[in-house]
Amino acid sequence: MNILNKILAICGLLMLTVSAQAAAPQAPAVAADVPAVASEAPAADSAAPTAASDGSLPGYTPMDATTAEVVGKPHDKGLDYQQQYTDNGQTAYEISYWVNWLIAAISIFVLALLFWVIIRFNRRANPVPSKTTHNTFIEVVWTLVPVLILLAIAYPSLNLLAKQFKPAPENAVTIKATGYQWYWTYTYPDHGGFEIVSNMLKEEGDVAKGERFRTDADGPNQLAVDNRMVVPAGVPIRFQTTAADVIHSFAVPSLWFKLDSVPGRLNEKALTINKPGLYYGQCSELCGVRHGYMPITVEALPPAEFAAWVKAQGGKMPAELKAEADAKAAADKAAADKAAAEAEAAKAAPAADAAPAATDNAEAADAAATN
Amino acid sequence: MTTIAANPGDLHAHDDHDADHKPGFFARWFMSTNHKDIGTLYLIFAITAGIIGGAISGLMRLELAQPGVQYLGQWATWLSGTEASWDQALHMWNVLITAHGLIMVFFMVMPAIIGGFGNWFVPLMIGAPDMAFPRMNNISFWLTVVAFIMLLGSTFVPGGSGLGAGTGWTVYAPLSTSGSPGPAVDMAIFSLHLAGAASILGAVNFITTIFNMRAPGMTLHKMPLFVWSVLVTAFLLLLALPVLAAAITMLLVDRNFGGAFFDAASGGDPILYQHLFWFFGHPEVYIMILPGFGIISQIVSTFSKKPVFGYLGMAYAMVAIGVVGFVVWAHHMFTIGMSVEMKMYFTAATMVIAVPTGIKIFSWIATMWGGSVSFKTPMVWAMGFIFMFTVGGVTGVVLANGGLDDNLHDTYYVVAHFHYVLSLGAVFSLFAGFYYWFGKMSGRHLSEALGHLHFWTFFIGVNVLFFPMHFLGNQGMPRRIPDYNGAYAYWNEVASWGYAIMGVGVIIFFVNVAYAFIGGRKAEGNYWGEGATTLEWTLSSPPPFHQFETLPVIK
Repeated sequence: MNILNKILAICGLLMLTVSAQAAAPQAPAVAADVPAVASEAPAADSAAPTAASDGSLPGYTPMDATTAEVVGKPHDKGLDYQQQYTDNGQTAYEISYWVNWLIAAISIFVLALLFWVIIRFNRRANPVPSKTTHNTFIEVVWTLVPVLILLAIAYPSLNLLAKQFKPAPENAVTIKATGYQWYWTYTYPDHGGFEIVSNMLKEEGDVAKGERFRTDADGPNQLAVDNRMVVPAGVPIRFQTTAADVIHSFAVPSLWFKLDSVPGRLNEKALTINKPGLYYGQCSELCGVRHGYMPITVEALPPAEFAAWVKAQGGKMPAELKAEADAKAAADKAAADKAAAEAEAAKAAPAADAAPAATDNAEAADAAATN
Repeated sequence: MTTIAANPGDLHAHDDHDADHKPGFFARWFMSTNHKDIGTLYLIFAITAGIIGGAISGLMRLELAQPGVQYLGQWATWLSGTEASWDQALHMWNVLITAHGLIMVFFMVMPAIIGGFGNWFVPLMIGAPDMAFPRMNNISFWLTVVAFIMLLGSTFVPGGSGLGAGTGWTVYAPLSTSGSPGPAVDMAIFSLHLAGAASILGAVNFITTIFNMRAPGMTLHKMPLFVWSVLVTAFLLLLALPVLAAAITMLLVDRNFGGAFFDAASGGDPILYQHLFWFFGHPEVYIMILPGFGIISQIVSTFSKKPVFGYLGMAYAMVAIGVVGFVVWAHHMFTIGMSVEMKMYFTAATMVIAVPTGIKIFSWIATMWGGSVSFKTPMVWAMGFIFMFTVGGVTGVVLANGGLDDNLHDTYYVVAHFHYVLSLGAVFSLFAGFYYWFGKMSGRHLSEALGHLHFWTFFIGVNVLFFPMHFLGNQGMPRRIPDYNGAYAYWNEVASWGYAIMGVGVIIFFVNVAYAFIGGRKAEGNYWGEGATTLEWTLSSPPPFHQFETLPVIK
């Protein structure tokens, strides 16, 4: 299995190089130790959907964007922010909402003053200009009132910052996004470290026959991807991000979330998505020619379905991994104990000129026992 | 020590330097040491660059008018002469956004507002015969021209995926280092070096002139506010540009000499570049707008027939904006993954700037209050400026909040914000200044009717163009993408129509200028009447080739 996957990965790399001049390529599909998914096995024809044609796997069917309860995406002719699906996003939305009313009021106030000047102080209405050039009281007022308004904004705003920076709890699910030119990969270190490669889905007319193209079930044009970043809903996520080549930025407007992916840095931020659903975003830092073509799709699933998805990816839930690790530790300890016992026995042996090999063994066993 | 002539003119008696003597065409325009001629050259240069930068934004609005990529391939094919690939077409987009940003900042707004109006009117307003270093003034201008040619030339050499530099005007590493092979980015960097050197020389010249060459009796606290604004701007240039020069020199080292300043794999840090860039970049936005504040103050006072309300507050508000402008730079980097303390500090510090800015807005209104206001073309532009700058300013207050910025950062909301303060702020102040001083500079009057028509067309156009961008940003549309989801189509199309309306306004402007030169009335010395009290209005229109040979005395 491993060798097969390595070959597939190499083939993918070759394809990437060859198709560099063609339209947006598929990145190498998967990392070495993950079962091949999606694009590796193109459907032979348009007959019954296979695993490859819609990204589904045994035990997991991608959420359908046409029927999903929650879809975080831009709306036609939209004026407002996208609806928010995190607590912090909701708070930020509410603050922004009244700040927007406030700044609209300030702008209208200035406009009203200008109109008053036009009506009352034009050349005909007021032929003799006043000579007033100072009024300490009014100057103090228009300095202090803005200060008070700013304080009124700053207080909730700084509180919001404190909330946004609250570190993820110990039991949070760690997910790491890596930006590449021009696709994302998502790694799940708490679930065996498997990696998902996520490319934008092209339109039907833009792909070769038999290749997967975007359908409405995948999501909106230019925002839908082949393999989504699947996360548990209602559970704290420790989101980490970095980049492999140039700076990218992981952004999902309906989660009020944006964090730059910087080569050589691992940025981290806590995120809890309240409801299962699909949340669409795009890379938000200029990263080269296909900057506009590396979207993000977050699929939040109820924890049980998330666990099934992890299993379908060949990963394991932390409990399983812990059980395995405990078993391994126990086995290791037993082995070490056995070696130590043998060493004791060797030491106890009367022969003063014991073979050097035996001494080495004893030292190794001592070290193991100490550990 | 005793060889200094009592009257310097004695040493050059044979030179025949009387006020009306003008050198021949080549000597006058290519070897100029006269601040007014250099100012004129700067204005012609800035208008030329503005046409190019504006045409580029027209290409961008054309491409963005509908979802999908319609034109980029053709343009890239036209540029390179060979059939463009998909990547080359997309690279074309990045070249357009980069060129638009750099041209508008370094070759349109700065040369016009500092090089053009600063050169023309700082010496006139302080009662000086010329700038302190006339030859340095000349080299400032010609360095800017060479810089511009260098930037335009970069479009025709390889820059990675296609011809030209496609890094964005911010030139972020590592996209600008390992991400963009080829000489185009090097040429763009050299262009910034030259433009920066030119601006530093200009800044030295302005500071020296303003500190040493004021007419007798003109104390700092009697200087017109436009001169104050140029003085503060010159200090910002002097302190900020060397940092840019250092940052882009490090880029050159990383690109060409195996440097690792910004290469994480070798122990460098890409974020370091952003800190250096924005340490320059934030003062830079005040460099573009402060002289505009000065122009608006002069105009509002002139047409209200009243002195500026709260003169000292106005002057020191600009100083405060300049000082605070140096300690808020990281609000351009809120999403880099900075610590919570840092984000809180930059949120708070940025909001502080709203206070001196508010003082300026309200002082302008108070200047009009009780005045006898005549709504000539420059005043209409000034009032447009006050309102539009307010709108751009208050959206800046939203963006100042690090927690709110998380959603809006690098979206069209930011594009809307900085075009309201620059394209509707700085550019409105430029047009206001142009209509205010054109008669003084050329000796001819522009048409009032065409001026008003220009204003209303342009005002409606830019608002239709830029206001919908707030909605696009709220809905999450990222900046710097050539293609977008269909949900963003409606407001993008509206914005593109806005560009077309604005374009008609610009054509009216050029018709007006042509009219003035062909059939415009001759302008008298002080054509705005009693409200115009600064020293340039004591001179003829245009002023003599050399003015103030006898220094005016200010009471």
